Amino acid sequence: MRLEPKPAPSITVLLLYPVAAILVTLVIVSLLVLAAGASPLSVFGLVAKGAAGSQFALLETLTRATPLIFTGLAVAVAFRAKLWNIGAEAQLYIGAVVTVVLGTGALPLPAGLLIPIIAIAAMAGGALLLLGPALLKTRFGVDEVVTTLLLNFIVLLFVSLLLEGPLKDPMGLGWPQSPKVIAEAQLLRIIQGRRLHFGFIIAIVSAIVVWIIMKRTALGYEMRAVGHNPEASRFAGIPVNKVLMKTALMSGGLAALAGFSEVSGLKGNLTLDLSPGFGYSGIVVAMLAMLNPLGVVVTAIFVAGVFVGADAMSRSAGVPSYIADVMVATALLTMVTAMMFTRYRVRWR
Amino acid sequence: MTVLRLTNITKRFGPLVANDAISLELASGETVALLGENGAGKTTLMNILFGHYVADEGTVEAFGNTLPPGDPRAALNAGIGMVHQHFTLADNMTVLENITLGTEPLWSPRSGRRSAGARIRQLSSDFGLAVEPSAQVASLSVGERQRVEILKALYREAKILILDEPTAVLTPAETDALFKTLKMLVAKGLSIIFISHKLAEVMAVSDRVLVLRGGKLAGERRTAETNRAELAALMVGQELKAPEVKPSRAGEPAMILDRVSTKGTGFRLENLSLTLRAGEITGLAGVSGNGQSVLAALIAGTETPASGEITIRDRRVAEWSPRAALTNGVGRIPEDRHAVGSIGDMSVTENVIAERYRTDRFSRMGFLNWTAARSFAEEIIRDYDVKCPSPDARIRLLSGGNMQKLILGRALDSEPAIILANQPTRGLDVGAVAYVHGRLLAARERGAAILLISEDLDEIQTLSDRIIVMSKGRLSEPSMRGERTVAQLGELMAGHGLEAA
Amino acid sequence: MEQAIEILFTASFWVAAIRIASPLIFATMGELICERAGVLNLGIEGIMTVGAFAGWFTVYSGGDLWTGVIVAALAGAAFGLLHGFLTVPLGLSQHVVGIGITLLATSLTYFVYRLVLPEVTSPPKIDPFQPWPIPGLSKIPVIGEALFAQTPLTYLAFLTVAVVAWALYRTPAGLALRAAGENPSAVEAQGISVTGVRMAAVMVGSALMAVGGAFLTMSAFNSFFFEMINGRGWICIALVVFGSWRPGKALIGAILFAAFDAYQIRLQQISGGIVPYQVFLMMPYILSILALVLVARRATYPKALMIPYQKGER
Repeated sequence: MRLEPKPAPSITVLLLYPVAAILVTLVIVSLLVLAAGASPLSVFGLVAKGAAGSQFALLETLTRATPLIFTGLAVAVAFRAKLWNIGAEAQLYIGAVVTVVLGTGALPLPAGLLIPIIAIAAMAGGALLLLGPALLKTRFGVDEVVTTLLLNFIVLLFVSLLLEGPLKDPMGLGWPQSPKVIAEAQLLRIIQGRRLHFGFIIAIVSAIVVWIIMKRTALGYEMRAVGHNPEASRFAGIPVNKVLMKTALMSGGLAALAGFSEVSGLKGNLTLDLSPGFGYSGIVVAMLAMLNPLGVVVTAIFVAGVFVGADAMSRSAGVPSYIADVMVATALLTMVTAMMFTRYRVRWR
Repeated sequence: MTVLRLTNITKRFGPLVANDAISLELASGETVALLGENGAGKTTLMNILFGHYVADEGTVEAFGNTLPPGDPRAALNAGIGMVHQHFTLADNMTVLENITLGTEPLWSPRSGRRSAGARIRQLSSDFGLAVEPSAQVASLSVGERQRVEILKALYREAKILILDEPTAVLTPAETDALFKTLKMLVAKGLSIIFISHKLAEVMAVSDRVLVLRGGKLAGERRTAETNRAELAALMVGQELKAPEVKPSRAGEPAMILDRVSTKGTGFRLENLSLTLRAGEITGLAGVSGNGQSVLAALIAGTETPASGEITIRDRRVAEWSPRAALTNGVGRIPEDRHAVGSIGDMSVTENVIAERYRTDRFSRMGFLNWTAARSFAEEIIRDYDVKCPSPDARIRLLSGGNMQKLILGRALDSEPAIILANQPTRGLDVGAVAYVHGRLLAARERGAAILLISEDLDEIQTLSDRIIVMSKGRLSEPSMRGERTVAQLGELMAGHGLEAA
Repeated sequence: MEQAIEILFTASFWVAAIRIASPLIFATMGELICERAGVLNLGIEGIMTVGAFAGWFTVYSGGDLWTGVIVAALAGAAFGLLHGFLTVPLGLSQHVVGIGITLLATSLTYFVYRLVLPEVTSPPKIDPFQPWPIPGLSKIPVIGEALFAQTPLTYLAFLTVAVVAWALYRTPAGLALRAAGENPSAVEAQGISVTGVRMAAVMVGSALMAVGGAFLTMSAFNSFFFEMINGRGWICIALVVFGSWRPGKALIGAILFAAFDAYQIRLQQISGGIVPYQVFLMMPYILSILALVLVARRATYPKALMIPYQKGER
């Protein structure tokens, strides 16, 4: 069996395979639902209803999608340059920490100044965190997969340490949580009484900015070239290490914005369970979007819908909500397979 | 007795017909040459014989038995051995491990190392292929590695030996040794198929010649009854014409390497000095593994000198890098167009601007001008006769020759004063080779200083105004066109007579 | 300070060290086998989770302990088959597939756990492996207890290292596996299928990883809880590099690491809360990163690691 390169596919083919991937995923999920003793159709219906069946549900989905857009962008940017940033989770938490440190009264500034300052500081925090593994990669040849992964555990412990120490809420009844950020540091809600906040708008804008960078700037071109073939890029005069550093800064910064957005716009403070794995889900979001920044918005909403809908479904149908995680992971694998088939044909001989 | 029979072999890769109804017979004790230019389908045919590929039509019979298609193990068991063009050896393992790989049943709980070692030494001495079984392959020279490849086949009691372009990487002396070995093998009962695109060798070694052209069998002759001209005509369908080389008008030194040493991970150069003069082609002869890659990297900018100076047009260069090389007017054609010369999954346009994307023509304030890039790509495609579906097609889809022409265009378009051409015609068909040679000579005409690195002595002798031989990191004294014979060059390549720096 | 040094001389410290090392030994050997054949298996964390649950659940459902180990191994091999199929014949990115397998294996495990045990608040317990002291040897002070009074799975872990080392360097299959990780075209040219070798390696390696996970629920602890693997899989990837892809060295790395882990637990106990406990818990991960940096420059990678092999491409 071997693979033969195909000439550039038409748009229809480009969409056909991902759709096939989603269908295969649904089939597999249906089998699990049957094993759980429920009817696949009714479960899917409940998930869809929970995700978008009412204004409330839809807004919840978009709220849930906001951090996923940020982490999805972070991963998409990094993976394009073949920088395997599996540490978006840690970068998110660093962004949240910075938000709390600066936003709980340390800087008495009006919202118009405070929010941008906090956002930029949060991005800097996330950027610097990823810079470490990136430097280890370029200077010492240490694989960044393991270092970014291990950092996730280290940073989470660090956050726990902070929440039981310097960042502990004196009025929190002893729970490990931070104080709430001041009003000037909060991102406003878009619709009164609903949880959707301006972080969502920032996320969309970020996606557009990243798309412009990737498609139209020299930096985007350099990142793609380095991701495809670092040796040829180096030969052509592209400064490979510098490009990887810039990629790391951008990726870490974007993931940190997820933390900033969740604290400043949604939760108001920092707790250990701020992120139920947004950093890891970001990987799926990015791959489902084939690393396309605009696609990330779509897939982030899709993945968020699956999780929100599954939570709702689980309460009524009794199928464990982990079915959402299974579906998302299956979608990742089927999508990656489908992507390959858009570029290569399988030849049995 | 016929030991091997290929009947009507046809193989297609998408729209390309690599082999078109080819039939071939090999008799016991015969040495048959499979002749054809690059891309004619010789390696594909042998890969089908050996089982790496499956033919779309046709059969392979060895010693009267039809071989199951796509099964290298069956081919090996039938007595077919292959010495691949690119050696199939694991560098970090020993000679013995490489030879015994796959020769014992995978389920077997023990490895018969001692008996294997003894057998290898026996074969070594029987066939004059000296090699130490416990040596790491990484430490062996190219010639020694080829001996291991041959021993692999002999260890498995091959009766039919296929050699794919075996002399491409050998010095003239090593080539002679190989031919002696082949005669010995035939004397001991083996039959040989020998793939080559070099007419001289084919005439010297074979009993019969099969010529492939464009995937078809263009002709079959008894070697004794034919000549070079006829074979050349069959091979390319027309008489080969040597390119017209105007007399040399060598000018000022364009680039000087003065006692340069490197400290990289590979070969280390020490106190190497080289001058490239405008309007002159300097040919660097030598087999790979003697430091050519490091020297090429040095000139290309991917390697920096640890000591010594690089001077370009009277100005000493302080900071050296690929960017610096480009800014200083060095045009580079790398050895490996797939791994280094191009980014396979990017489009032709994206590849063509890889060295120039930061210039004003293509970018403004960090934003790329894709319209300008695309029209540049169209210019290069037109001017350098590149056949490709569109400037947006992935460069991976281009044939070797067209990819090389594109890389040539990218390197030469800015009319660089210094050109590094590293194995510029490797793997190309005759048409593409002639094109590349024409372009290099044209560059020489307009005053470029060219360093031509090539394993092909014919190419070196045809194009170079002066020839330098590289052996074990040292450069010989240069000789002018026609001054040294092939034998003399061979001596230098083997390291004899090189001045100590 | 004296107390800190004294710890190193207690039997209980070394017993704990060997016990902590055991799952790491299995999983590191498993990853080593995959990587020596040329395949990076980032599914290790998920596969260990699967093994932990599968083994435990078999016993919980009435099977005996060794059946549990076998079921865990088979479950691991199944995920190994999936990983191998996607990365070897299909040639998909080993990084992405590995992360996907970890996500899939973990989420499937949690899903099945919730399905079969919907209302539990505290994880149900099983009767785990009991220590099998080896008569005579286990009476040696400190070392005897540490090495010869462990559970059978620990003995199996050490035996695995010996078997892997011998198989890798002294059998034809091991030779083929190593060659597949160095130069797959050399393997193909000798009539062996690279796809076959690599897929077999990934399946066997994944089975070992799963047994490593099963150790946690069937020997070290006696129940399954979420997040119990806690990054051990990633640490084992670092241990493979630290051990230069050689079984003996990797074993030493695992024991050193486990000793450090056992040490920091005890250090925490005697430090009395001056240093926050999180700092101690961070140490294993930081140590792993340091180990990687230390070894990185000199690391001799299997040459074909992470490079998919396309038949006929030269």
